Amino acid sequence: MKNIHDFYNMMEDGNIMLSFKGEVTSDLLTSILQIMESKMEVLDESPKIKKKVYNILVECLQNLYHHIDEDDTLTAANEKSALFMIRKSDDGDYSIMTGNYIANENVNHLKSRLDKINSMDKEELKDYYKEVLNNGEMSAKGGGGLGMIDIARKSGKKLDYSFVNIDNNFSFFSLIVNIAQ
Amino acid sequence: MEELIVEGSSKTPTIKFNPETGYLLVRGRSIPENSIEFYKPLVDALEAYNKNSKSQTKVDIQLEYFNTSSSKCILDVFKKLEVINAGSSEVTINWYYEEDDEDMLEAGEDYQAIISVPFKMIEVEEE
Repeated sequence: MKNIHDFYNMMEDGNIMLSFKGEVTSDLLTSILQIMESKMEVLDESPKIKKKVYNILVECLQNLYHHIDEDDTLTAANEKSALFMIRKSDDGDYSIMTGNYIANENVNHLKSRLDKINSMDKEELKDYYKEVLNNGEMSAKGGGGLGMIDIARKSGKKLDYSFVNIDNNFSFFSLIVNIAQ
Repeated sequence: MEELIVEGSSKTPTIKFNPETGYLLVRGRSIPENSIEFYKPLVDALEAYNKNSKSQTKVDIQLEYFNTSSSKCILDVFKKLEVINAGSSEVTINWYYEEDDEDMLEAGEDYQAIISVPFKMIEVEEE
């Protein structure tokens, strides 16, 4: 077990502004958004970057929230637990990082969706967004398959993702979204 | 028909819809986890309004943020307005965005491309 100072240094060196590990609830989401909004206010960020970070943050957190709520293969507490971190680099760029468990049977589907999104340029993403918005089905909880497309559009960057196989049932999905100043 | 008034919160917008004057206002943030439930009363009210609509219907959309879950519901609202516009009422949608907020302008243009109702993009100064 590392001591607390080691944890502190890891977060300090990594420029981590905020991190959370656990089950993502609606109340937690509200709190994180409030904290980040006031932090960006204190940092005197431009309205443009504040809006971008906030929008992408909402989508990333709600992805975690809906995923945990809707994937009934996640049963144990640790499977529902997710990691969330937000970082601001020395040159001012933001990164939003999320990690969560996903059933192995869903990995290929998610991977092909992310690859499809990453293969598209700005105009193609706009058209794809409109197509899914107009024709896509919405899940009962309101997740509509638009979240990742929106994140890619608003960040203007490729989605940096990876899967680590954990066992026969689960993999760990990591996503880094970079937002330039 | 009664006026629909929903007070805004940190995650949901203020909604005012007056069927007597044909005026709809949606203002604030729309980032609820479950947006279908939130928008249902408005979608229902528009459905009822279509049976007895005013000659003109004016819509002001002044959103600061909205999530992708809301974006589908907002489209549902616009599709109702499209039906109303094709009927006996002339509908205008004013889409407000803050200067420099290209994402919000683009979002309005996305809807404009999908919905056949006259859209006006209105730039406002940052608060």
